[in-house]
Amino acid sequence: MNTLNLANLGFAWLPLLPLIAVAVGAAIILLVGVRLEDEDSAGLGILALGVLLVSFVCTLFTIGVNAEAFGGALLTDDYTAFFEIVIQAAAAISVALSLDYAADNGLAGAEYYSLVLFAVLGMMLMAAAGDLIIVFLGLETMSIAVYALAGFVRREARSSEAALKYFLLGAFSTGFLLYGIALIYGATGTVHLDGIRAAIVARAASQPYLELGVGLMVIGFGFKVAAAPFHAWTPDAYEGAPTPITAFMATGVKLAAFASFVRVFMIYLGPAAAQWSGVLWVLAALTMTVGNVVALVQDNIKRMLAYSAIAHAGYALVGMTAAGSAAAVLYYLVAYAFATLGAFAVVIVLERRATAGLRIADYRGLAQTRPGLAAAMTLFMLSLTGVPPLAGFVGKLYVFAAAVDSGHVPLVVIAVINSAISAYYYIGVIVAMYMQEGTPEIEPSGASPGVLIGVAIAALAVVLIGIAPTPYMNAARDAFAAAAGPPAQATAFAR
Amino acid sequence: MTQQFWPLGLIPLLPLGGVLFALFGGRRGGRRAVNVVAPGVVGLAFAVSVWSLARLVSLPAGGALRFAAWRWIAAGPFHVEMALRFDALTAIMCLVVTGVGALIHVYSVGYMGHDEDYARFFTYMNLFTASMLILVLADNLVVMFVGWEGVGLCSYLLIAFWYTNPEYAYNGRKAFIVNRVGDAGFLLGIFTIVYALARGGVWTVTFAGMSHQAALLQPYATAAALLLFLGATGKSAQIPLYVWLPDAMVGPTPVSALIHAATMVTAGVYMVTRLGFLFTLAPAALTVVAVVGAVTAFFAATIAMVQTDIKRVLAYSTISQIGYMMLGAGVGAFSAGIFHLMTHAFFKALLFLCAGAIIHELDGEQEMGRMGGLRGSMPITWLTMLTAALAISGIPPFAGYFSKDQILEATFASGHPTLWLIGVITAGLTAFYIFRLIILTFYGESRVEPSKAAHLHDAPAVMTVPLIVLALLSVGGGWVGLPRGFLWGEAFNRFLAPVVIPPGAELATPGSGLALVMIAIPIVGVAAAVVCYAQMPGLPVLVAYKARLLDSLLRHKYYVDELYNAVIARPLFWVAAYVLHRGVDGAVIDGLVNGTGLTLLEGGEELRRTESGNVQHYALLYLCGALGIGAYYLYRVVIR
Repeated sequence: MNTLNLANLGFAWLPLLPLIAVAVGAAIILLVGVRLEDEDSAGLGILALGVLLVSFVCTLFTIGVNAEAFGGALLTDDYTAFFEIVIQAAAAISVALSLDYAADNGLAGAEYYSLVLFAVLGMMLMAAAGDLIIVFLGLETMSIAVYALAGFVRREARSSEAALKYFLLGAFSTGFLLYGIALIYGATGTVHLDGIRAAIVARAASQPYLELGVGLMVIGFGFKVAAAPFHAWTPDAYEGAPTPITAFMATGVKLAAFASFVRVFMIYLGPAAAQWSGVLWVLAALTMTVGNVVALVQDNIKRMLAYSAIAHAGYALVGMTAAGSAAAVLYYLVAYAFATLGAFAVVIVLERRATAGLRIADYRGLAQTRPGLAAAMTLFMLSLTGVPPLAGFVGKLYVFAAAVDSGHVPLVVIAVINSAISAYYYIGVIVAMYMQEGTPEIEPSGASPGVLIGVAIAALAVVLIGIAPTPYMNAARDAFAAAAGPPAQATAFAR
Repeated sequence: MTQQFWPLGLIPLLPLGGVLFALFGGRRGGRRAVNVVAPGVVGLAFAVSVWSLARLVSLPAGGALRFAAWRWIAAGPFHVEMALRFDALTAIMCLVVTGVGALIHVYSVGYMGHDEDYARFFTYMNLFTASMLILVLADNLVVMFVGWEGVGLCSYLLIAFWYTNPEYAYNGRKAFIVNRVGDAGFLLGIFTIVYALARGGVWTVTFAGMSHQAALLQPYATAAALLLFLGATGKSAQIPLYVWLPDAMVGPTPVSALIHAATMVTAGVYMVTRLGFLFTLAPAALTVVAVVGAVTAFFAATIAMVQTDIKRVLAYSTISQIGYMMLGAGVGAFSAGIFHLMTHAFFKALLFLCAGAIIHELDGEQEMGRMGGLRGSMPITWLTMLTAALAISGIPPFAGYFSKDQILEATFASGHPTLWLIGVITAGLTAFYIFRLIILTFYGESRVEPSKAAHLHDAPAVMTVPLIVLALLSVGGGWVGLPRGFLWGEAFNRFLAPVVIPPGAELATPGSGLALVMIAIPIVGVAAAVVCYAQMPGLPVLVAYKARLLDSLLRHKYYVDELYNAVIARPLFWVAAYVLHRGVDGAVIDGLVNGTGLTLLEGGEELRRTESGNVQHYALLYLCGALGIGAYYLYRVVIR
């Protein structure tokens, strides 16, 4: 038997520090919180931000260290680091948005912030997963935490309803995913992604089981990224959840799901792309169209953003149908995440208890009362529409170009038409803010510093990533190349 | 040999700095500051041009200075540098633009002395100067196009400078739109060249680079040259695109002098000369250039004979003189064309500035019918304008004689006796109409309105000094190009020769008879004008009556404006209003857009119903999707 000696474990443990930091931090918050009143939750939020910062610093050290741990179960390469950083950023902004929100709504800080951190742990596990068991483990760690968070405002029926629906359908989809994993294991004899790829390349996999397994996994992942027709939970869950959690779900959950989806499918099931790219093609077209068309008729901004999130999952799926590199998808997700976080941050400023201030009509005249906020919201809406020079435009450009290069011209035509449709509802918000008279009874409250910082960071990111896309695109390329390169060797971390 | 020389960058940057000053500091800094800075920066640009020229002549013949600021466009193998080039041809253009430009800026200080909008005026004037300098300094076609568009924009802005007058604003638009037609040709020409070169794997748009690619350019040379020449006819107001220039005269007179006489309108001639290597590959295109030039020269001169507005006479005269330059370029005598461009800049700017001085003195009066007898009250204006008239008529030893003579000799020598004859007759017409103008304004009885006649005098020194300097240049400016055998004979041509493609054949030494004709014809023209307008004032009326049809044709400028209106403008408006606006836009596009929008909204409402809020429905939808995917995989597995 091995003694528990880190030096003898035979793997590079330092790349795991970002995950360890988050896990330990979540536990500490839970412990500290026991002794605190709910009103002090803001302090715990700051602590959570500190934990995310520590985790971020740890991640910085892992850049360039392409290693694996636990016999290949965890891959700590640049791909993992890329998603870790984006997830940390999304979580940090969500926490910043929560600081006053949680206190105002009397949410129990210790549980709230530790659940956020546990969800982050699950997300990071998904990004790092090197075998299907870890994918599942991460997915469940994340999902259970997020189910709880969605229903966190217990006195609100809508919040509980959101949690219940999300949980029921999530459990349903977990079954599909798990069954898919089981079939793939049956077909290839391994849950190791490397081994699965090797089996496919060597034509050693049992074809019918493999195909059915792949199909079931598409359904499982399709649920998590909110692809139509597995998207039905999204608007209800997004609308009912506390708004900072909605922002977290729309960005962190989606990022993590795509991190795993892209790695498993585009890299390790890449040799079997013929089996799934057609399905993704249809899912992408359906998801974009359903998301955008239904968003047209929404009058609640959270529901509108929920359908927008569905539509953007469709655009990302367009990128996944492109053979070769998924760097465009990675870039796209970053651009999407910041615009969405910013938009939800603005929503929080205008939101009232009992779901008031959430109609798009409530945004009328915002340009007069809060010109800075209206300007930031305009940036987010334009970026989500894909207007140059903002990040969303460049993201769409990369994704669509990659799809065209792979010969998916009809899909890109559908995507471009969808972009045009989306302009209607995104610009509708801008029209309300700038061109319509305000209703005096909806006075925006003084936003907390955390929210305003969140808005500012998101606005800055949307502009910067759009104006100077090259470094971010290069990071995405390096990340994907690191993941797609020759299987990472178990290099001892010697320093 | 090409030498790096960074001060070239200063030449356009100095006027650009003037733009910034007049734009942002013009109101606050006050009129006095703008009056110093705006002409000052152009004067400094002139000084830098002289400096560059001094450096250039120290290089061996055929050398050039170059300054590459930054790599502007990079797309695969194709890249464009923001680069300037200063060779003999650029040197002459730069000196003309900055030298004449500086004088006109100084004159403008007086001319615009009462206009509240002086800051805007000098912003545009400096911007024009900067654009024109970019045009002539450009190292490649793309940078040249930047300048080309810039001068077009400034021309539009300055024609419509007094924009509150709807007619002026209309004329500004007319100039802009007519020039767009030419610009489209220019752009297509650039594309043709790039295409031709790229077919051979050569990716360059620099003049130096392109001139070595004759073999690749050859198959496309005629098309490219004709397209580029279309651009030149727009900018340089040649047939068929000359119609904007007479209407451009509604701008302030210094603008007419600088942009619509001395510099911008000659850009087409410069462009043809700069791309001489391309045009010589296409003899057919060169013939077109020559014929268009000669016909334009004659055609515009005939119209100038009957105009009564002093600036319109000069406008048609400008069209006519640029026709000469094109004729010179068209017969391969590029340096003669540029020589005439230079002398013309001197005497035509002078003519306009003198006309401006008169108009200024008469409170905006432009009808020659209400002038006359100004010789006594405005002696400096009279003497300087007389100098310019002698120069444009081609009376030796004034500047215009030498340059016009060179063009006509080259035309004859190149085997185009018909074009030569047209040119000679035009020279006679030129002398006639310009002395008609002189006599009607300065001689005879004063027809000035009595209220204005009392206090007539010469303009202040800030306006007369530029007149005197330009008058000296109108006398002596031609001497740099003395004919072969005289003193430093053909110095101008020898300076330019390494840059412009020299004429295929050596210039034939003109027979003495030819030279005599060229001296005699203008004198006949002057004499005819004196007889008609000073000695026998009834004669023109009688002739006009006897030849009513011809007179009416000329007065209506050959009905070209009416023709364009009927053939181009009206049908376009009709198509725009009835077919595109009401038909395509109203019925088809609006219908399509609104219909699509409504359909989508309805579709959204329908799809929204799937969102019942009922979790069982969601699970059912999910299951349907899952079954669909499952069915697909079953199909794949079982059937295949």
